[in-house]
Amino acid sequence: MSTADTPKRSMRTPLGRVRSLGAAHSGTSDFWRQRITAVAMTLLMIPVLVIIMMLLGRNQAGAAQILSSLPVALILLLFIIASAWHMKIGMQVVIEDYVHNEKLKLISIMLNNFFSIAVALASTYAILKLSSGV
Amino acid sequence: MVEFALPKNSKITGGKTWPKPAGATDVREFRVYRWNPDDGKNPSVDTYYVDTNDCGPMVLDGLIWIKNHIDPSLTFRRSCREGVCGSCAMNIDGQNTLACTRSMHDVKDGAVKINPLPHQPVVKDLVPDLTNFYAQYASVEPWLKTTSPTPQKEWRQSHEDREKLDGLYECILCACCSTSCPSYWWNSDRYLGPAALLQANRWVSDSRDEATGERLDNLEDPFRLYRCHTIMNCAKACPKGLNPAEAIAELKLKMVERQI
Repeated sequence: MSTADTPKRSMRTPLGRVRSLGAAHSGTSDFWRQRITAVAMTLLMIPVLVIIMMLLGRNQAGAAQILSSLPVALILLLFIIASAWHMKIGMQVVIEDYVHNEKLKLISIMLNNFFSIAVALASTYAILKLSSGV
Repeated sequence: MVEFALPKNSKITGGKTWPKPAGATDVREFRVYRWNPDDGKNPSVDTYYVDTNDCGPMVLDGLIWIKNHIDPSLTFRRSCREGVCGSCAMNIDGQNTLACTRSMHDVKDGAVKINPLPHQPVVKDLVPDLTNFYAQYASVEPWLKTTSPTPQKEWRQSHEDREKLDGLYECILCACCSTSCPSYWWNSDRYLGPAALLQANRWVSDSRDEATGERLDNLEDPFRLYRCHTIMNCAKACPKGLNPAEAIAELKLKMVERQI
C-alpha cells in the first residue's frame, strides 16, 4: 500500500471502499469442489500408479488390452476429471491472489479454463480411444 | 500485480546512531524504524542504546525510555501497557506482537529491531494507518442483531453457548494477525483479513444473534473470506494466543454446512 501522504484517488469513505460491490455470494462451491477433488485424487492415486506401472514397457496393443478393462478405464477417467478440475480451481486461486490488473486477470482466468478443459478432453479422448480398441 | 519491492520513497536509507547513555553499565541496542512525513526524506533505522538498569523489562519500556531520555521525537502508540488495549502492536525482531508484553530479554542475538506493522501505510515512525483495518471491522457489523421483541431483562444464553465464544471474544483488534498475513498483504482491499473474520465468527457463533444467515451471506465471497489459504501466520502472531485461522475454518465449514 502507499504511504499515508499519497493523495487518495477517491473521496469514498473507508467503509464504502470495503463494502465496494458487495459480497459475490459465491466461492463456497469452488472451495468444496477443491476438497472433493483432493480426496478423490488421494483415493485414486495408488490404483493409478499401479495402472501406470502395468503400462510401462508395453506397446500400443498391450496398453489397449489393459485399458479395455472397464475398471481400469474408469479409474483413469475419474483421475483425469478430478485432477483437471483441481488444477483449474487451484490455478484460478493463484491468479486471483497475484494478478491485480482486471483485464489481465479476466484473460488469465479464461485461458486457465480453456487449458484445463483442453487437457481434460485430450486425456479423456486418448483413454476412450485406447480402451475401445479403435 | 503483487509488489515484491518497496516503492522508491519507502526504501530504508542510512540512519542515525545516538550516543550511549553516560555512566550506564548495562545497555541494550535498539534499532528503530523512523519516518517523518514532513521532512521529505526516505525512512531510516536509528540506533539507540537503552540503560537496562534504568528501565522496565519490556520492549515498550525501552521505547518509552528512549523517548524520555534520548529522542522525544520518536513516535509510537501506547496506552494500557499490559496487553489489553492493542495500541502498541509493532514488528519486533521480525514478529508482529505487542511491545508491552514482549520482554526485551526474549529477543535473542544483539539488537532489538523494531519496525511498524508490515504492509500498512505509515503515519509516522511506528504508527501505521489502520483506517482500512477498522473499516473492515465495521463491515462485519460487530453488534447483536435481533428481530424478536427485546426481553424485559436481558438476552439469555446457556453456559454451553457462552463457551462457544471463548477464543473469539478476547480479540483486542491490535492488527498483529492481519498484517502478518501474506494474503492480506496482497489483497487487503478485498480480503477482510484474519482479525475481521475472527470477529465475524464471534457474532456468527453467538447464540443470541438472529442474523447468522445474513452475516454468512455478507462474507460469502471469493475475496472477503476465501483468500485465506491457512498460512497460519495469524495464529503464530496473535499476542493473545488466539487462532484466527481456526475461526476462519469454522466460517468456511458453516458455509458448506448450509449448502449440503
